Amino acid sequence: MADSAYNTPADYISHHLTNNTYALSDHDLMILHLDSVVMAIIIGLFSIGLIWLVARKATSAVPTKTQAFVELIFSFIDSQVSAIFHGNRHTFVAPAALTVFLWVLMMNAMDFLPIDIMSKFYGFLGLHEWKHVPTSDVNTTFGLALGVWFLMIFFGIKAKGLGGWLHEFFCEPFGSKIWVWPANFLFNLIEYVSKPLSHSLRLFGNMYAGEVIFLLLGLWAATGVSGIFFSSILGAGWAIFHILIVVLQAYIFMMLTVVYLAMAQEGH
Amino acid sequence: MNLNFTLIAQAIAFAILIWFTIKFVWPPLLNAIEKRQKEIADGLAAAQEGKLSLEVAAKKNAESLNEVKQKGAEIVSQAEKRASEIVESAKKVAKEEGDRIITSAKSEIDQEINRAKEDLRTQVSTLAIAGAEKILSKEIDKKAHADMLSKLAKDL
Repeated sequence: MADSAYNTPADYISHHLTNNTYALSDHDLMILHLDSVVMAIIIGLFSIGLIWLVARKATSAVPTKTQAFVELIFSFIDSQVSAIFHGNRHTFVAPAALTVFLWVLMMNAMDFLPIDIMSKFYGFLGLHEWKHVPTSDVNTTFGLALGVWFLMIFFGIKAKGLGGWLHEFFCEPFGSKIWVWPANFLFNLIEYVSKPLSHSLRLFGNMYAGEVIFLLLGLWAATGVSGIFFSSILGAGWAIFHILIVVLQAYIFMMLTVVYLAMAQEGH
Repeated sequence: MNLNFTLIAQAIAFAILIWFTIKFVWPPLLNAIEKRQKEIADGLAAAQEGKLSLEVAAKKNAESLNEVKQKGAEIVSQAEKRASEIVESAKKVAKEEGDRIITSAKSEIDQEINRAKEDLRTQVSTLAIAGAEKILSKEIDKKAHADMLSKLAKDL
């Protein structure tokens, strides 16, 4: 309870975990989490824009240090994708992987900003509820996973044709005998449902949990001198460990995207 | 933790970012890197080629140097031969000339000797005649004995 405006610990936590909403209409589903969307767009423009600035002036001669750094990221993604995706990766999959990795990485990295100081800053701007980590909102991660899901279906149909794709839906993995069709269909259905769920919830869970632990440490800091002391040390430790989680989760999200697209194209 | 329209908004943002990366970010970086890779490969190949041609040139150089050396030696030996020939012929010419001079000198000497002999004979015969005249001035008819005297002169 860094702020005296909070009456109970529950208030503090729920305040920090509440999205800034904007109702598009009366319906429950027509709500926009302004903070997630705005932060995601700002971070996306910032991260992709930065490499765009470098890529625009990319030279094949001796690169500047900035270009060398961007090329380092580029070749990292390119080598990861080329190991998994066989086919022309440069037209879609590799650039998509680069986008996913950078965007998710930067969105995750927002978690390093100290929540209470940032909430003062947002309060100063007149935004009383503002979550600045878009990936700790399940809508963001599920939105991304859903995008990948549609791409997966698109790639599958493009590679095998609609008939081939449907054939695979009913004849894999157990075979093409008619009496195993229901089992095949059920399996594939579960696969198609579980993929976006595990894809999105893994990232969301990690980022959300990280945020909650920061909040709990913040609560502890409000209990007194010893609380401030221990929660500072633990907070620093958690933040350092969180560097690993942030990068790892971005990497996993990117790799799963590539794997799903590769699987969709190549079949079982 | 409630799903709503944010989902769609994020998916759209995602799609736009992917499109942007495909269109504007990935190609220039890929081009730059691939071009540089090609340039490096070309440079290495050119270096290899240069090394090879250098070797070939060095070999050629050594060959032509050998050839030139051989030619030079040939020319020198030819010159030496020619020089000895010239010396030889000069010697021959000089010997011939000397021989000729010697022969002509010899014949001249012979002529001189003959002339001197002739003179001597004439003088002797004259002296003999004079002597005889003195001895026989009175007894010998000059005209009657002239033939005999000239014969005598000839025999001397």
